[in-house]
This record gives sequence, C-alpha cells and structure tokens, in this order.
Amino acid sequence: MDYFIHLAILISIYAILALSLNLLAGYTGLISMATSAFMGIGAYFVAVTLTRFELNFFVALVLAAIVVGVIAYLVDFALSRFRGDYFAMGSLSIVIVASGIFVNWQSITGGPLGIANIPRPNVFGFELSENWHILGLSLLFLLFTYLICQWIAMSSFGRVLRAIREDEKAIGVFGYDTSKYKLAAFIISSALAALAGGLFATYFSYISPVSFTVTESIIVLTMIILGGLANNKGAILGAAVIVLLPELIRFVGLPTAIEADMRHIIYGLILILFMLYRPQGFLGEYKL
Amino acid sequence: MRIKNLAKYFDGVRAVDDVSVQFRAGKITGLIGPNGSGKSTLVDLLTGFLPADKGLIYIQKQDGIKSVNPSKNYSSGISRTFQDARLFEQMTVLDNILVVLTKRNVLLSLFEQHTESHLKQSEKVLKKVGLWKKRGELAKNLSYGQRKLLGIARTLAMNGDTYYFDEPLSGLFPEMVATVKNVLQDLKKDGKTVILIDHNMDFIRSLCDTVIVLDSGKILAEGNPSKVLAKKEVIDVYLGA
Repeated sequence: MDYFIHLAILISIYAILALSLNLLAGYTGLISMATSAFMGIGAYFVAVTLTRFELNFFVALVLAAIVVGVIAYLVDFALSRFRGDYFAMGSLSIVIVASGIFVNWQSITGGPLGIANIPRPNVFGFELSENWHILGLSLLFLLFTYLICQWIAMSSFGRVLRAIREDEKAIGVFGYDTSKYKLAAFIISSALAALAGGLFATYFSYISPVSFTVTESIIVLTMIILGGLANNKGAILGAAVIVLLPELIRFVGLPTAIEADMRHIIYGLILILFMLYRPQGFLGEYKL
Repeated sequence: MRIKNLAKYFDGVRAVDDVSVQFRAGKITGLIGPNGSGKSTLVDLLTGFLPADKGLIYIQKQDGIKSVNPSKNYSSGISRTFQDARLFEQMTVLDNILVVLTKRNVLLSLFEQHTESHLKQSEKVLKKVGLWKKRGELAKNLSYGQRKLLGIARTLAMNGDTYYFDEPLSGLFPEMVATVKNVLQDLKKDGKTVILIDHNMDFIRSLCDTVIVLDSGKILAEGNPSKVLAKKEVIDVYLGA
C-alpha cells in the first residue's frame, strides 16, 4: 500500500510542476527549461527554513513561493528579451546557474551532500508523519494549483496569453503590453514550481542538487507534451503516465543499472514519438 | 488624425520619408502606390506595429488633440487589419474576437471573464461579416476569404475611431467583396476615419473620398480619386514609365 501512496504523492508533486510549466509553455508558448531550478530554489528555501529556523512548513512554503516569484521577476529582465528557441536556451542557463549555486554554496545548501532530516509539516501540533498525510496534503496543493491554472485559462488574462503564443506582435497592436503578461505568467508559474519543491523536500526529508537538474525540467516538459499542451487535465494525465510508465519496467525484471537508464530512454522515446505523430498530446488543444 | 514628418529607414532605405498628411473623420482615404512604395510601412508606423525613426502623430480625442510619439508602440483607439490576416490560428473564431475586447491591465484581466456585453459585441461583428456560425471553429481551419473577414471583424470589435484596412478585398469572392464594402460604408456613415490600402483602382474610385499616392516613401499626389488617378505622374509610377 505504501508503494501506491508513494506513487500517488510523486504524481501529485509532478502534476503541480506540469501545471506550472503548462501555464508557460502550453498557454503562453514559452518553452521554459527553468522549472527544475525554481522547484529546487523552493525546495532549498523550505529545507533551510525548516531545519535551521524551525519555521512552520506552511509559512515556509508561502515564503518560498514569494521568494521564487521575486527571483523570477528579476530573471525576467534578461529572459524577456528572448523569444521561441532563444527563450528555451535562456531558461536553460537559469538551471545551470541554480545548479552551480546548489552545489557550491555549501554553508547554506550543504553542497553536493545536500540537506537531510527535513521535518514533516506540523499542523497545530500534529505532525503529518505518515505518508498518507503527505498524500492528502499533496492532493490539496494539486487541487489548489489546478484551480488557479483553470481560473487563469478561463480568464481574459489566459486568452491574452494564448494570443501571445499565436502572434505576439499582432496582439501587441491591439494595445496589450505583452511583456507584462509574459512576466506575470512567468512569476505565477515559477511560484507554483516552488510549491512543488517544498512538498518534495518535506516528503523525501532529504534534498541534493541531483534532484533539480535539467533532466527534471525535460521530464516535466515530456509530461505536458504527452498530456496535451494548453490543457490542465492533460498536464495531470501526463504526469501520471510519466510517473507510472517506468514503474512497469520493474516487473520486467531488468538489472537495476539498466532499469534506471531505461527510464530516460522511455522519456526520450515518448517525447520523439509524440512530437512526430501526436504533437497535441492526449488532450491538448495546441500543437508546438 | 494628422501625421507630421513621419519617417522610417531600413538600412539606409527610406521606406517612409518625411510624410505629413491628414486623415479626416467620416471619410474613406485610399492609400495607394506600387509595391515597395511604403504603404504598409506607413500603416505599421501609425498602428505602432513598427517604431518610427522620426515624426509625430496628432489624434483628435474627446478631450482635445493628443500628440503621440510614434517611436514607441502605442494604443490609441486605432484598429487595423493585416495583409496576411495574422489571426490567432489555434484559437476559435469567437476567441479571436473576445481577446481584443478584454481589459488591457494584467491584474484586472486576471479577474475578468468574458461578459454578456463582450459576447453581444462579438456576435454583432461576426454576424456583420457572416462568420457567427463559424464561431466555434479554429481560425486555422477557415478559408482564405473567411480569414480576411475574421481579421476585419476583429478590427471592428475594437470600436475605435480610426480603422486601417490593408488590402481587405484582394482574393475575395464577389459576395465577400460586397460584405467588406458594406462594412467600409457603414464605418464612414458612423463618422469613423477609414484608411484603405488596395491595388484595385476600381475599388479605390468607387469607395474612397480621397486618395493618397505614395512612391518611394514620399507622397506623389493626393486628392479626389478620379482626378489623382488621371494624373500623368501617377500613371507613370504604376506603369513604370
């Protein structure tokens, strides 16, 4: 049973990440590789504030989202100059810089060894020590994220984001300051990724730089391409499929070393096959 | 609307060269000239699609004449179509209209969903161009003529004071041409400023009150369409003499 709870928690955390990236890549047309960086910053912020300052988990999580939002705001000064592939390349540099900080700022991040013994959340003196507690919490945050993303998708703001994705210059002529819309989408998306990072940190009670590499960003991108860009249900479905699919390999009985590599091969294959034969994914409305 | 000394250079090429002109409300002004004469660039400058290198634009507003610096993109109630439609392809026909009706403020638009009045306005303009029944279709699935009509409907939805139409009639079936002509005449009746770019001189003669001929980024002639189109220098420019 614990195994299934573990998988459900992973799906919830990755679904939050997928929803956050979908806001940027699916709705706004900005393919970002920075998801893992913002997730990592959120995770480290929560880990440090919980282990060193014994802050309440929920306060730490809200602060993490705010701090990551501010960082996204600052980063956007440089990124907003890029479009299309150049934006993707620019966002990739954020992951590289963040990874460098996670590894080298040892006094805060613990360097390559990371941070261990991150406590579980505490609600009015009751510690959420069981995994099913974390599952409930993750599902609540997933619901919260889904409602935010769905609200945005239905709002006028969301419609302008889709128009920016289709033809940024054309919508600009109708009097929309597109850079402000893109900035808002980038900040919201980054803050949501920070929430996923905080949940990740408290669930595993241990984080290190290897959890927040560019591979994680690619996995999240695969999720939304598979589920369908610009569709929030698709993002959740994509997260579920990508988390569960490699689990099936366990039953094949391959040696452990090969099993780990197979996971990445599967992600790569899925990405290529979907881009070739079903670019709109399972439920998507938008083709890259 | 009046423009003064407007200029745009591309790598030394004077696409629009020190143009000063006035566009009057309640009139249709034709903007003509051979390919590369600077018509579309002029409209791009006036709508903020391109930043100008020099010049000023004065717009008559309810609270007086407003000066706009065209070197910065701006929004001043000016609405346009594009030669190649430039629709939001992977959005529905209805969303292509609704999107230009929404608030221009990021925060306010986050808490805004389309209202009944937005829907009514969309219905009005889509019915005007005969696309209301297509409202649920993606723009990319429309025919060439329907795409042009949707571009026009999107422009009408803005309910601005000044409208630019960049070759709205080219490549359209006769019934669609009639629809567009009606749209232009209605705007004129409503006292709007209408600027029309087209290569079909019959349309220019029949629709426009004034015509401006551009050549090499400069104004070659302006005035009554029949008189201007009969001028030798205008004929020479068109025939390449």
